[in-house]
Amino acid sequence: MRKRIAALLAAVPATSLAANLALTIEIPKVTVAEYHRPYVAMWIEKPDQTFAANLAVWYDTRPKTTDNGTTWLKDLRQWWRKSGRELTMPADGVSGATRPPGIHNVVFANGKGIQPGSYLLVVEAVREVGGRELIRIPFEWPAKSTVSTNGKTELGAITLTVKP
Amino acid sequence: MNNSKLTAMAASMMLLFSNSMYAHRAWILPSATVLSGADKWVTVDAAISNDLFYFEHHPMRLEGLIVYAPDGSTVKPESPNTGKYRSTFDVQLTQQGTYKMAIATQSVFATYELNGDVKRWRGAEANLKTEVPANAQKLQVNRMTQRIESFVTAGKPTRTVLTPSNKGLELWPETHPNDLAAGETAKFALLLDGKPAAGVAVTVVPGGNRYRDNLKEVHVKTDAAGKFSIPFAEPGMYWLNATVASEGSRSSYIATLEVLPQ
Repeated sequence: MRKRIAALLAAVPATSLAANLALTIEIPKVTVAEYHRPYVAMWIEKPDQTFAANLAVWYDTRPKTTDNGTTWLKDLRQWWRKSGRELTMPADGVSGATRPPGIHNVVFANGKGIQPGSYLLVVEAVREVGGRELIRIPFEWPAKSTVSTNGKTELGAITLTVKP
Repeated sequence: MNNSKLTAMAASMMLLFSNSMYAHRAWILPSATVLSGADKWVTVDAAISNDLFYFEHHPMRLEGLIVYAPDGSTVKPESPNTGKYRSTFDVQLTQQGTYKMAIATQSVFATYELNGDVKRWRGAEANLKTEVPANAQKLQVNRMTQRIESFVTAGKPTRTVLTPSNKGLELWPETHPNDLAAGETAKFALLLDGKPAAGVAVTVVPGGNRYRDNLKEVHVKTDAAGKFSIPFAEPGMYWLNATVASEGSRSSYIATLEVLPQ
């Protein structure tokens, strides 16, 4: 059965319909007097670090904030330069609320439409009156793989799973 | 009085003026150059100082300040104030795109003889003909222009405000001035009255020199096409200065550029 499916998949162009990109992102618990949930951006780059696609941006979308939290998007420095400053936020399918400390699972169907090839997953986090951290993980799309790495300060364990 | 003495006086006057303006550094410093969100504000300092970017000498006068909005219109700065060591003003970024703030000044100096007495005059170009007597002899005129600029972008950078005025010495930034990041080389050019200014010495000094021994300045010269490159290794605020001098004329350009970390 597996051989048959593999043969079938081989015959189909590689932008397969069932493939997805699954991320596990840990937001570390930080014990400080003034804690704010970090702004986090995740996106895909080509190996030369040029922008390929947005995955998600978690920022303060609460309606009672005066500017809808957009004032601090530019602190996601790499994301802002690569993509953010061209977007109108909130952006459909990309914007989301900030998340608390803990492990968060996100799945992106179709890898957001990227073509087969080599890519970098980029995750950037910045915390108000805190620090900033950026992590890049290379991966092949849509090759089955699981890659893990650990942030040091504003990001914890990050696992990228490609499910073709 | 003979010509050489008059020339010497004119030269020393130029030097006197230049000491007050060029031995120190003039600059405009916005509170931020890259912003996100709508209707954000920046507060801008303007000062003439020794160390960068500390206000410890003279405020910059705000006459001659023009703030250009992304659509090319001019914006009135809010709450302008000139204090002991700095001037400040606020700008609300009601448009998305790149704003430019510029203080452009021109001074004209003249020395001449009238009935055997040597006279000096300093003022605006418009008053030269009316205030210097028609029967002035051995008239020598020196013109000094200075343009001090900085740039702020809300959202996506735009280039409308970067269009040269074609007057005096100015920057043509191939690399957008609000798109500078550590480890990247910026490409610029200098224009003098709209034409490429070749062979001009450019100095770039990183801010924060109060806390280090070495000035770490970078010296480059514009090429035949007026172009030059600056490799910005470290993030921070930088002061860029270029001067062109010729017979009877001196034109200076200063910009404050923010280089963000990667």
